[in-house]
Amino acid sequence: MNTPADKRGERSTWSWWYLLFLVQFVAVLWPPFYNKAEPALLGMPFFYWYQLACVVVAAVITAFIYVITER
Amino acid sequence: MHGVNWVALSVFVLLFGFITWLGFAAAHWRKGDLDQLHEWGLAGRRFGTLITWFLVGGDLYTAYTFIAVPALAFGAGAVAFFAVPYTIVVYPLLFLVFPRLWHVCHKHGYITAGDFVRGRYGNRWLALAITVTGIVATMPYIALQLVGLQVVLGGLGLSGTGLAADMPLVIAFLILAAFTYSSGLRAPASIAIVKDILIYITAFAAVIAIPMQLGGFGKIFAGVPHEKLLLAVPGANSTGAYGAYATLALGSALALLLYPHSLTAILSASSGRAIRRNAALLPGYSFMLGLLALVGFFALGAGVAKLPEFADGFKQFGNNFAVPALFLHSFPDWFVGVAFAAVGIGALVPAAIMSIAAANLYTRNIHCEFINRNPTPKQEAQLAKWVSLIVKAGALVFILFVPTKYAIYLQLLGGIWIIQTLPALVIGAYTRWFNDWALLIGWAIGTYAGTAMAISQDLKPAFPLKVGDWNLPGYTAFYTLLLNLVVAAVLTLVFNAMRGKAPVTDATVATDYHA
Repeated sequence: MNTPADKRGERSTWSWWYLLFLVQFVAVLWPPFYNKAEPALLGMPFFYWYQLACVVVAAVITAFIYVITER
Repeated sequence: MHGVNWVALSVFVLLFGFITWLGFAAAHWRKGDLDQLHEWGLAGRRFGTLITWFLVGGDLYTAYTFIAVPALAFGAGAVAFFAVPYTIVVYPLLFLVFPRLWHVCHKHGYITAGDFVRGRYGNRWLALAITVTGIVATMPYIALQLVGLQVVLGGLGLSGTGLAADMPLVIAFLILAAFTYSSGLRAPASIAIVKDILIYITAFAAVIAIPMQLGGFGKIFAGVPHEKLLLAVPGANSTGAYGAYATLALGSALALLLYPHSLTAILSASSGRAIRRNAALLPGYSFMLGLLALVGFFALGAGVAKLPEFADGFKQFGNNFAVPALFLHSFPDWFVGVAFAAVGIGALVPAAIMSIAAANLYTRNIHCEFINRNPTPKQEAQLAKWVSLIVKAGALVFILFVPTKYAIYLQLLGGIWIIQTLPALVIGAYTRWFNDWALLIGWAIGTYAGTAMAISQDLKPAFPLKVGDWNLPGYTAFYTLLLNLVVAAVLTLVFNAMRGKAPVTDATVATDYHA
């Protein structure tokens, strides 16, 4: 039950763009980067708003990798 | 308790009635022959990007998560925020590995992880190990969904003694069991849409309205005790709280997608492309989970634990009552009904998918492998429907008669157990290099060591590993996965040396893994 999109061929092989995923791993799995209260944003300590911001950045990176590898 | 909140209860019952109707009506949605297991249990693999987003989101971000993560922030502080990095690093894995698994499962008609492992390695015992691990790890997870439901029912003021006290929970569960039986995966998929919209509304209302009442984020965080605000800085020769935080996030991420209910939801997508798109779209839920974690701090700021009207709730449910108490304290009654319905319905969606996933596993990889090797498709689907009922009844009995803390302990152990299936499943999606018996022994050693390590720490997730002069406290699941991988790799080399160049069994070929 392949969709037409599948038949046009999805990317299957390795792409160097996948290395961009490492950015989000390093950004959130190394707590010394963000385990601090300052600078606060709207009263929210850095620790919290930084990690929430990383969610957005990670989603953008993933979308970018999707678009560029799907072409 | 403080008496029944009739306005909230009415809204709650109304929304529950709506999703009950929806659950049964779903049988006719994208209609298929529900006497086929892949139609009942995977909804015919017909869900596009958007429905997959609702389904996987509704499945992975469970009611228990929405109660327990803020409760952890409320009780333990910053460490609860590990849920954010956890749900960030899980998506590259979804993007890279699961489209491959989707393609091979689609090509060969595989429905479960056990099916894939059986085909890839030709070893029924390895497939059995994967299957049993999946079922055992899922059962307490279903039970915990009921805890989420119990907490909001308690928050609505429904209480009583003996059988009467449990009636609302039993009724909710009968509804769940009935629509899962009749509609299969289509039921939670359609209900997930309602649930997720309600949860988003609740989360954003909580994060905007409550800080305004409490005088802003600055004031809320100023009231959080210093030791709860940030992670403790590690001492000399130790990775301390930093290592624990990072390994907890990474280990949980590696484990999450291995759960049977994750695979069931992912395999019901209509293409590998829909899965990849979702890796970019699902972080929407991660953001909301992060916001909800903050709600734990709001509950601290509002001082709900000290308010007399919530004393009974905290006594009964502990910190899990923090969020319901805050909602009761801050929201008008009708919106409390909406918020609690979001959590209550949020319990039913994953519970339905988990019971379907466990039923698929039992049917395909235990019954059809070891008991009745040639069932008709109709017998197979019928058996799965019955097993889904048994699985849910088991979870209900567990939660009614066994103290909640044991369900929580078992769920923590479940994470350690399920991660041991990573080498066969995730690495298996890329290479057949590992020897199947080596994988089985690696699984056994990882499972045994993980269980023993967790019990030695009174079932706390972090194990205080010592290497030379260094203290490396970290998530037990993560460490035992490394052990499992090393054992499997070394034994593969040994077995290969012993057996020479004999060909390996593999029902799949490289081109099965992509379009």
